[in-house]
Amino acid sequence: MIFSKLLNTYENASYDEDTYSLLLNEEEIFEAVELCYEMGGEFLLDITVTDYLDYVLETPSRFGLVYTIRHKHFKEFILLKCFLSEPQCNSISHLYKCANWLEREVYDQYGIHFLNHPELSRILNHWQFDGHPLRKDYPITNGQYCTDTLDLMPSMNKKLFEMGLVEKDENGEYSEANKDLMFINVGPSHPATHGTIRNFCALDGETIIANVSEIGYLHRGFEKSCENHTYNQIIPYTDRLDYCSATTNNVAFAKTVEEMLGLELPPRAVAIRVLVMELSRIINHLVCLAAQLVDMGALTNYWYLYNPRESSYKFFSKLTGARLTNSYMRIGGMSYDLYEGYEEDLKIIIKEIEEGVSSTLSMIEHNRIFQDRTQNVCPISAKDALSFGLSGPNLRACGVDFDMREKNPYYLYNELDFDVVIGSVGDIYDRVMVRFEEINQSLRIIKQLQGNIPDGAICVDDRSVILPDKQEVYGSIEGAMNQFKLIYEGVKVPVKEYYSSLEASNGELGFYIVSNGSGYPHKVKVKAPSFTAMAAYSSMVEGSMLADAILNLGSINIIAGEMDR
Amino acid sequence: MGVELLGDAVIATRLDEAVNWARESSLWPFVFGTACCAIEFMSTAASKHDISRFGAEVVRFSPRQADLLLVAGTISYKQAPILKQIYDQMPYPKWVISMGACACSGGFYDNYTTLQGIDDIIPVDVYVAGCPPRPESVLDALMMLQKELQKESLSSEEKKNFIGKLDDL
Repeated sequence: MIFSKLLNTYENASYDEDTYSLLLNEEEIFEAVELCYEMGGEFLLDITVTDYLDYVLETPSRFGLVYTIRHKHFKEFILLKCFLSEPQCNSISHLYKCANWLEREVYDQYGIHFLNHPELSRILNHWQFDGHPLRKDYPITNGQYCTDTLDLMPSMNKKLFEMGLVEKDENGEYSEANKDLMFINVGPSHPATHGTIRNFCALDGETIIANVSEIGYLHRGFEKSCENHTYNQIIPYTDRLDYCSATTNNVAFAKTVEEMLGLELPPRAVAIRVLVMELSRIINHLVCLAAQLVDMGALTNYWYLYNPRESSYKFFSKLTGARLTNSYMRIGGMSYDLYEGYEEDLKIIIKEIEEGVSSTLSMIEHNRIFQDRTQNVCPISAKDALSFGLSGPNLRACGVDFDMREKNPYYLYNELDFDVVIGSVGDIYDRVMVRFEEINQSLRIIKQLQGNIPDGAICVDDRSVILPDKQEVYGSIEGAMNQFKLIYEGVKVPVKEYYSSLEASNGELGFYIVSNGSGYPHKVKVKAPSFTAMAAYSSMVEGSMLADAILNLGSINIIAGEMDR
Repeated sequence: MGVELLGDAVIATRLDEAVNWARESSLWPFVFGTACCAIEFMSTAASKHDISRFGAEVVRFSPRQADLLLVAGTISYKQAPILKQIYDQMPYPKWVISMGACACSGGFYDNYTTLQGIDDIIPVDVYVAGCPPRPESVLDALMMLQKELQKESLSSEEKKNFIGKLDDL
């Protein structure tokens, strides 16, 4: 146990080996996080709060705070928890750069005040919003109209003040900037934002001096919706997190719940999951790269890369009935077996993808314009990337060797042969090229699975989890009752607080679930890779040109559904 | 060239019909893509489904040059004023296609953050069902709009009287 010193220091704290969680006193938690950081826990995955109002167990107080921290060797993580007697605690934004936004989210959703936080304001909900929606006493359908957009000038002035570009008088009013700056909004509705994100830039000529981002435009209340649906009903919601690779989200969620239930999937189910996840990774990278190159003015590549994606849709619609939002997984397995003749389809898709990738690479690899516009543009150092909690291709582009499939192998990944692709500089070029090579590696994995998918069941044989055959439902009273109970009450998950994650297309996608023994989760929190990537965006673009900032947004592949949830 | 071909011939038609014919054959869409539906719109625009077959491939990202607003994706309360501003910036005549369950009704996001249908704030001409709709249904909606558009009159003021929840009363 890499965090054993932490356990020795806080001997009285209770450590749960099953869920890797350490329950501390409120007074100790701040120091414990600092100690954890010193011991190498440099990768902050998530900060969240659980509202224990009406929870099935007695708790010392209403709010429980959770830090999820991964060690810099990436193999182990720990959950540091404490109960808060008052809805406030100390900010850890001086230790981790990503804590700034994570704490803002907790403040927005739960109304917890973080002392010494540089700028505690709403992040997902709009500024006119009243109340904290993820508190249990906030009614789910209580929507509030927003009439005006937020003025970002105060945040911008704060940033410029730190840079010494504006002055502040005794009333706290900021002066005009002492440089001739132009303020410009990129977004919320801008073709290059690939969704709705607002970047407010202070420009000196064409150079971005400071940038303030506003997100939350696609906040769809995923977490609140989860609390009001059964585990299997949540699967369609997970599709719409990272909608470019829906099945990966399905698997990440189903895997977490299955681990909570202690279920072991049959080998065929595992192999199919790996197969569809790798194909999802490819189509996610394809759409990211296609859009990125369009931003660069290289429209031809869009057709080269998008058409193989279109063919993959055909495969997915045959397999799952849907093109984009597949809802393919179920707790304990999946909805359909592979269809007859899928191997042939897969072969054609692989060929098309290979052709698309090689045609695109032949156009850009030795292209002077492409190289000049991407190399050494908007780089981020490995140290900053870790502090910002970047993961996936964005982190690997900085030269950090962290791939969940290799560091914490799940499913078949320790038996499969593939390389972890890493970059060196962490610029746009590396981020693009890492994705290109990852497509090749994923193809390699799919080829190894071709013809090697074992026969057998696709779901666990457990009647408390999987629906019975339709024949049985209509033919016997036991079958009918079984179906009725599972549909109406859902899969019942024992009382637990559990975090599990896997390597999704954009990085480490984790789910933190608090179950209460019923078919409905008490809380579901997503550790979304895009959220922390967007937090790093400002520091990446400051000092570079406005046109480069556009490319950078494409290269970190922000998927709004996952970022804003 | 057209003039030469016609020579001295005269074509008699109603002004409405001539203008509508021109309009339906060259709709310039502004795609307000926010979520999953925007990815399906990418498919609609890509070579297989090819929206240019219907004269609507000139995707404008400036509302002032567009006459068709295609709302593709979930609109949250935070986004609503932006959507309204974009709609207001578009010059008349203008049409709106609401693509997907979320834009039409909030979809399965019946919660504190999602606008329960964009017709709360702007008028909608065609609703497309699906989550997300297949590219074929988007093309179908476009054709439906083209058909409806033929019935419109230049002097119609109907849409200008729309009052949404974000309009000042």
